Amino acid sequence: MLLPESASTYAPRVDQLFWIILGITGFFFFLVQACLLLFILKYRDRPGQKASYVHGSTLVEIVWTVIPALILVGLTIASQKVWAEIRYPSLAPATSLQVEILAEQFAWNVRYPGPDGQFETPDDISTINQLHLPVGTPVKIHLRSKDVIHSFFVPEFRMKQDAVPGLPQQIWVEASKAGQFEIRCAELCGLGHYRMKGFVTTEPLAEFQAWLTETKANE
Amino acid sequence: MSDHPGFIKKYIFSTDHKVIGIQFLISSLVFMVAGGLLAMLMRWQLGWPGQPLAFMEKIAPEGMPGGVMVPEYYNMLFTMHGSIMIFFGIIPLLVGAFGNYLIPLKIGAPDMAFPKLNALSFWMFIPAALIVLSGFFLEGGAAASGWTAYPPLSALKETMGIGQTMWVAGVIVLGFSSIFGAVNYIATILNLRAPGMTFHRLPISIWMLFTTAILTLLATPVLAASMVLLLLDRTLGTSFFLPAGMIVNGEMLAHAGGQAILWQHLFWFYSHPAVYIMILPSMGFVSDVLPTFARKPIFGYKAIAYAGVAIGGVGFMVWAHHMFQAGMNPALGTTFMISTMVVAVPTGVKIFSWLGTLWRGSIRLRTPMLHALGFISMFLIGGLTGIFVASTPVDMLLHDTYFVVGHIHYVLFGGSLFGAFAGITFWFPKMFGRMMGERLGKIHFWLTFVLFNVVMFPMFVLGIGGMPRRIYDFTQYAGLVHFLQINRVMSLAAFGLMASQFLFAFNFFWSMFLGKKAGDNPWEATTLEWTVPSPPPHGNFAGPVTVHCGPYEYSVPGAKKDWTMQTEKSLGKGH
Repeated sequence: MLLPESASTYAPRVDQLFWIILGITGFFFFLVQACLLLFILKYRDRPGQKASYVHGSTLVEIVWTVIPALILVGLTIASQKVWAEIRYPSLAPATSLQVEILAEQFAWNVRYPGPDGQFETPDDISTINQLHLPVGTPVKIHLRSKDVIHSFFVPEFRMKQDAVPGLPQQIWVEASKAGQFEIRCAELCGLGHYRMKGFVTTEPLAEFQAWLTETKANE
Repeated sequence: MSDHPGFIKKYIFSTDHKVIGIQFLISSLVFMVAGGLLAMLMRWQLGWPGQPLAFMEKIAPEGMPGGVMVPEYYNMLFTMHGSIMIFFGIIPLLVGAFGNYLIPLKIGAPDMAFPKLNALSFWMFIPAALIVLSGFFLEGGAAASGWTAYPPLSALKETMGIGQTMWVAGVIVLGFSSIFGAVNYIATILNLRAPGMTFHRLPISIWMLFTTAILTLLATPVLAASMVLLLLDRTLGTSFFLPAGMIVNGEMLAHAGGQAILWQHLFWFYSHPAVYIMILPSMGFVSDVLPTFARKPIFGYKAIAYAGVAIGGVGFMVWAHHMFQAGMNPALGTTFMISTMVVAVPTGVKIFSWLGTLWRGSIRLRTPMLHALGFISMFLIGGLTGIFVASTPVDMLLHDTYFVVGHIHYVLFGGSLFGAFAGITFWFPKMFGRMMGERLGKIHFWLTFVLFNVVMFPMFVLGIGGMPRRIYDFTQYAGLVHFLQINRVMSLAAFGLMASQFLFAFNFFWSMFLGKKAGDNPWEATTLEWTVPSPPPHGNFAGPVTVHCGPYEYSVPGAKKDWTMQTEKSLGKGH
């Protein structure tokens, strides 16, 4: 319902925050709309209806300042915990698996370092618009851009990160289920922006390794 | 000025704040119609991707050859829709039109502090708009890098044509127009208040316009400066926003040393306060309309006034919440999430205070009141959906999707525009001496209210479902094809929403000449503009004005009538 399926280890954490915020904002939405409707119906200017001469109430004003403030502090703390886990480099999981994604108008160039673990060596494995990731192993993604700003967006991972020329980015993802998903460019990058589409295939580690070998053999 | 100025001096190159206000009003409404029509073309493409629209071949032979839209043209449409609506629609409507018209009348002044500067502000606004729009008639078409114009896309000759240069130049000119206006508003409110008009007796609309003017004065120079840098990058080969090593069309560019994200910081340092520039005045109008039609003092005057000032102040510290996923240090994301959550508190205070104003009132549901109530109901959704994108992790999913498009439209249409409709229908009798048609006004309100929600609410669902914004043909993505039907419904509602606005235009011009005569104070309101004839004469007030009480003295116990003008002494406690 509503949210796309979740396919990364941190997606459920993001979704939980989403539902909490939806619950809280939903409550205030109905509260305010109900009061609005009730007051409009109850205090219409019927004959004999007389408005009260009231300028405010310090107590009520303090209450409706402090309660939302406390709720927002709670939301900030909860969000920060998840944010730090996903984004702070110091908290990223240790992993030896790496992939480089170089965005350009209008394609995703994908490159794996090969058995030696080093980029820019003859055993690198390159594809275009085809990203494969193993399920259950964190992967470090080096994200760069060759020309303008693009944005790497996989809704099922709940991951979005701009690819900025001159400013390499590092993100990580651990796929939690096998499947095929779309990479959608989320930053306007020119006339072909709408068709800057890639695919992520998530699969068991053995199949992933086999795919790497096969791709190298076909190069 | 002579007693009988000619037509040109009186209506075209006037220095009377009321004439300039009405000039801003009508020209911004015309630009909004243009911006709306561009949105209709986008809605066509979103509802029926790639289907021909035969008559458009004649109007835009390059953008829609054979009536079928090309991707570049779609990019121009949303770029110009956003630019027109923000720079030439909402800001001049709320700030230019209402600021000019209302400030002297509501504070008891004969005119603005600097009438000539005021006229210059208007006469820079019109050329600015023409320069930006000229792109449609130049080779390569209009700007197409979004209203946010992120470099490198916007900065390179290889990616954007002359239309983008004109866009930058036009926005610079507009920036000066805004700055002149802001200087004028601040000087006028500080210096020209009538005796007795203390700050705590100012109508909330003036508080909000004052805060807006300060935001404009502090933020716009940053926009102007960054636009100049972008212009230099585009025309003289500098590299303020351009890093080394970019390869475009297979060629390595000679630029080096710049930083693409620097633009985003500078742009949002203006453009986030600009969002408050576009909402605070409407909050002010609603705060004037609600007490008038609830026949009750506003609930928590000081809380509402200072909450507006607080929103303006904190509004300067939230800009990078547009950049959570832009590649800046994630610790900065944390900082800006905190400041963004903080800004929700004064916003909540305002909404609750408006509810408190309605509570135990005697509510007259006239057209301005309907729009003011519509504002509360719709702006609430705009505000609450902001909390989703303020949460940095949830923003990873929602950033740059239709969720954000929905959010901004609930703030700027549901909020700013309903507030503007409330303001126009409320002050129309003062401006033109005649009432607007009430029946037509109500029909327009209900059509707008219902259709607006049918167009905009589904955007939240699309965004949560992962549909990016600024996409020419979303059916390219297999995972989004199932959104086609819902997009068609949205498009049909959008066409209806646009058509409904012509009811308003008809009502506006019909009433201007044939509406019922209004009299000085048709709404039985309390503030100073209602003490003078409708329309007010040049110089506004016949004699000296002295203010004796606060702006919302309604239903004072013991008073003969249920409203006490600010020029009268109140029997109540509302000083």
